[in-house]
Amino acid sequence: MRAMVYRGPYKIRVEDKPMPVVEHPNDAIVRVTLAAICGSDLHLYHGMMPDTRVGHTFGHEFIGVVEQVGSSVQNLQVGDRVMVPFNIFCGSCWFCARGLYSNCHNVNPNATAVGGIYGYSHTTGGYDGGQSEYVRVPFADVGPVKIPDWMHDEDAVLLTDAAATGYFGAQLGEIAEGDTVVVLGAGPVGLVAAQSAWLMGAGRVIVVDHLQERLEKARTMAYAETLDYDEHDDVVVELKKQTDYLGADVVIEAVGAEADGNVTQQLAGPKLKLQGGSATALNWAIDGVRKGGTVSVVGAYGPIPNAVKFGDALNKGLTLRMNQTPVKRQWPRMFEHVRNGHLTPRQMITHRFPLEEIPEAYHVFSSKLDGCIKPLILPSAA
Amino acid sequence: MTDPAIPSAYVRDKRTPTPSRDELRARIPGWGVDLNPADRPSYPKLQYPADTGAHWDFPERQPEKWPRERSIEHAFVTPVFGTAQPPKGLSGVVRKFAYARFSEGRLAHWLLLVAGDRIDAAEHHLRSFASARPDVPATGLRTELTRGGLRSRRGRSDARHHVLDPVVVAGPWLAAAGAAVLGVRKAARALGR
Ligand SMILES: NC(=O)c1ccc[n+]([C@@H]2O[C@H](COP(=O)([O-])OP(=O)(O)OC[C@H]3O[C@@H](n4cnc5c(N)ncnc54)[C@H](O)[C@@H]3O)[C@@H](O)[C@H]2O)c1
Ligand SMILES: [Zn+2]
Ligand SMILES: [Zn+2]
Repeated sequence: MRAMVYRGPYKIRVEDKPMPVVEHPNDAIVRVTLAAICGSDLHLYHGMMPDTRVGHTFGHEFIGVVEQVGSSVQNLQVGDRVMVPFNIFCGSCWFCARGLYSNCHNVNPNATAVGGIYGYSHTTGGYDGGQSEYVRVPFADVGPVKIPDWMHDEDAVLLTDAAATGYFGAQLGEIAEGDTVVVLGAGPVGLVAAQSAWLMGAGRVIVVDHLQERLEKARTMAYAETLDYDEHDDVVVELKKQTDYLGADVVIEAVGAEADGNVTQQLAGPKLKLQGGSATALNWAIDGVRKGGTVSVVGAYGPIPNAVKFGDALNKGLTLRMNQTPVKRQWPRMFEHVRNGHLTPRQMITHRFPLEEIPEAYHVFSSKLDGCIKPLILPSAA
Repeated sequence: MTDPAIPSAYVRDKRTPTPSRDELRARIPGWGVDLNPADRPSYPKLQYPADTGAHWDFPERQPEKWPRERSIEHAFVTPVFGTAQPPKGLSGVVRKFAYARFSEGRLAHWLLLVAGDRIDAAEHHLRSFASARPDVPATGLRTELTRGGLRSRRGRSDARHHVLDPVVVAGPWLAAAGAAVLGVRKAARALGR
């Protein structure tokens, strides 16, 4: 089969790989019909995630058709069209039993500090991912869900991560009616977080980024006010001014470890790799939120430490909430929201690349060329 | 009444009242449908799902075909795990050592894994040069021409450090090539003597 393959930082290609096989009685093999590249994949692509091995196939946003099932699979049949949450989880460990699907303890031998994720390095379990023609899906009775008839495939694929994460990020903000919510990052995650903030009763939503096409999308898709951080010497001061010197009630950090906007952080993190990444957006969140407010962090950080302004968080009495998204927990409610048109994930898709052109897709998405907000990948066997 | 020029933060209430529910509903599709904080999917954080689909107390164990590297913070290799890219070569030795010796709490664990990654890439690059598909310093670059590399970056502050990318990406390759040339020269001189 054809699959995206990592060759080292900034280098990927498409190769022939052996078909995945059933390795556990509750496995399924899924033929991928549609996949996407996530902002999180960029951290792997840039060589920022420890234990990313040459030959690894990325991809944790995908939908497909069940090709084969293991002997203990009861809930799925060959031919079912399924959407697969980006989390791999067992459904039965201490954590899964309490709904913490993204923190499953039974699927990732490599680390206890993070659960299992498809195609996301060995640090999340060493599973090849879905930017390929076929993929092994463990715990087929637990993770995947049949795609409802009414749902558009392009919404389904975004619900497997980006959209679910935006919605989850807004929940972590513990938004109360009338709150002023600032969303850092107008990528796929931030855009849905902004839409979701309204559903939870926000009185004002301000989205911060510096890419014009994304800020435009935040205005049209998420009815948000926008702030271009390139236009301000100090975006925190600007946020204070815009909130009558209170600061935002809630800040949702949807940027993660490759944040821009501070040269020292950029150099020390993504460029020279002297720290885990760049904590610029996280620090803006901590400084931009009001005292006693809540910072929701869904932007991704790896296991290597970062220069975070923890003292400010303490002295301001902040609540910091964060996690990898337990995707399946979001779905029943999100399905209603998508069906009613309250959340419109596929509005942010800008590019569709065949699998064979995935090296181009990565460069375009990573460098934010050509107005790219969200690229989809179309596998050849689909 | 205090002076209205004094901002909200210095007085009891926000000075700009939030728009009414009706106004917000009229402007934003779905405004407030998840208004009740206690009725959101991830509230409370810990909750027992009625049915996760699991029909086991502890999952059956996947066969372990080679000693699977694992965090020493785990009691054992988890019942299910990925089998992609088993450790190999020098990078494999480094990775196995990182897992066996240091917990996730130790920076050495992660720095060794990063070192393993760089060695892994170097091992594969070297091998690729003897193959039909030699590696290049970065892929997908033709989109700089076909997808408006210059146009897309106009006016963006991150374009300033994008100029560093070629150095970050190609620098180690140039250094390696330089070292190789010097090495070959030295060897040639030694042989000529
Ligand atoms: N927690 C989870 O489960 C989860 C799931 C999916 C994605 N993520 C993470 O969420 C983050 C966003 O994902 P995405 O797909 O939207 O990525 P993306 O790269 O498309 O978007 C990030 C955006 O942030 C902007 N940005 C950079 N620096 C900024 C700053 N200092 N302030 C404001 N904006 C800034 C960029 O211009 C870009 O538009 C990533 O870190 C990703 O890894 C987490
Ligand atoms: Zn993701
Ligand atoms: Zn579990």
